[in-house]
Amino acid sequence: MEYEAVIGLETHVQLKTKSKIWCGCANEFGAPPNTNVCPVCLGLPGVLPVANEEALRLTTLTGLLLNCTIAPFAKFDRKNYFYPDMPKNYQITQYDRPSTLAGYVDFEFSGALSRVRITRAHLEEDVGKNFHFERNSGVDFNRAGVPLMEIVSEPDITSAEMAYEYLCSLKDILMYGGVSDCDMEKGMVRCDVNVSVRPKGQQELGAKIEIKNMNSFSGVRRALEYEIRRQIEVVSRGGTLIQSTRRWDDVAEITEEMRTKERAHDYRYFPEPDLMPFQPTESWLREIAQRVVELPLARKQRFMREYHLPAADAQTFVWDVPLGGYFESIAKQARNPKAVANWVINNLRAKLTEANASLPELRFSASSISELADLVDSGKISSKIAQDVFGDMFEIGDAPGKIVERRGLAQVSDTAALEQFCDQAIVANPGPASDFKAGKVAALNFLKGQVMKLSKGKANPALVGEILERKLKA
Amino acid sequence: MAATDIDVNYVAHLARLSLSPEEAQKFGAQLKSVLGYIEKLQEVDVNGIEPTAHAFPLINVTRPDEVRPSLDHAEALRNAPAQANGLFMVPKIVE
Repeated sequence: MEYEAVIGLETHVQLKTKSKIWCGCANEFGAPPNTNVCPVCLGLPGVLPVANEEALRLTTLTGLLLNCTIAPFAKFDRKNYFYPDMPKNYQITQYDRPSTLAGYVDFEFSGALSRVRITRAHLEEDVGKNFHFERNSGVDFNRAGVPLMEIVSEPDITSAEMAYEYLCSLKDILMYGGVSDCDMEKGMVRCDVNVSVRPKGQQELGAKIEIKNMNSFSGVRRALEYEIRRQIEVVSRGGTLIQSTRRWDDVAEITEEMRTKERAHDYRYFPEPDLMPFQPTESWLREIAQRVVELPLARKQRFMREYHLPAADAQTFVWDVPLGGYFESIAKQARNPKAVANWVINNLRAKLTEANASLPELRFSASSISELADLVDSGKISSKIAQDVFGDMFEIGDAPGKIVERRGLAQVSDTAALEQFCDQAIVANPGPASDFKAGKVAALNFLKGQVMKLSKGKANPALVGEILERKLKA
Repeated sequence: MAATDIDVNYVAHLARLSLSPEEAQKFGAQLKSVLGYIEKLQEVDVNGIEPTAHAFPLINVTRPDEVRPSLDHAEALRNAPAQANGLFMVPKIVE
């Protein structure tokens, strides 16, 4: 029997704010333990949380970027549980009235466009970080109270690879929107995975297995590959799966069941009495709508459509936003945007890395790149010479036309001069010349190379080829 | 309408309280009468009434995203039963 996987993801993302969600402590990674803490985020008695307006804005912005409905009324609730990383013994989150609802993410997957629906994106607080030692554990509360957004997907994902691509595009969108830095190394994105399998075509869902606390996308992919295989094996052997929570062991590359607590979680949610509900006003929403940016996929498609770029080039400009912006500033007026893209991607980017420089430090004006592309296209200089011209442009900042003129680099298309070079090459290399006459076509390239050398690279290669052939066939 | 029976031991477990059988019985009876009292509210007709999220008619109370000084590190850890390397030390956490 054939089986299919049904996967839903809960993705937690730390928001890019200066301060924490309920207090003014810095939202900063890597500070010495328990230095960004105060009575509010330590959960001391008698304190009152006050919502960070930027955290609310970023949540709404995320809703807009993910095509969600923005709730006209949202509130916060207490989720009650005991764990040392949560000093209040409850986490403030949004339970039944989240800030945003019912959206979707479109992304490219196996050569087509896929859509995963978003159930909700809500706002909550992050918890402290535990460190485990031989005989006891330690808690650092610097992370407690960092604004955290939970993005819940519908179970629309059908494979490990699709989950991976969904997460990558979600991350790209959030980084594009300035919602989060999404630095995986710093734990800014974490993921809980829900996965079940069922015989293909069956409506009813299989038992849901949750894999908790994944902190890398490749980990999610590997855990899912393993877990789907495991579940299918159990079911096809006639076994039964029960709803449970598992943990991914990244070293052993297996999932293992977590010790199930004798009683199911009972979080006893109730409205947070210390925080007032939130009802976004028209003007507040308008202000946030202005922060909506073009999404990565839309940008890629536009670059391919407007500038006739291949997918790989467009993708490069999606990943490197400033480079894409720079390209666009030139490409709008360029005769040959594809050639401009080649210069920007293959040459400029390499030079910038080599010189450890950035775009604003460029000495030449942006239009120089399209001018250079035009010089090559019109046959004024060869593409090899153009490399030298680009090097000079980068070093001294002169316009390419000026460099070509000053250094006398213009391509020689003057037939008389070229004929002379060709004669010289044939006389000096009788071997290859007779090889060509005997039918060895490749020998022509050698002679062509000699002519280029004699002309110091300035000969028009197409013309040289024609002249040599004519002379040798004569 | 009679008040629902509540599982005192379950509630005690959720609150991490350990009750003796006598306490469980005593609190069970007390909680039952509290719930019975609250159930009077069930008699009120609330059709068409929007649930209230808060007793105060206030909305949109926020603060600007500005960093303010945190507690002094030693001060923050002053109430810790145990500390090491700047961390609050707790009994070994087992998942």
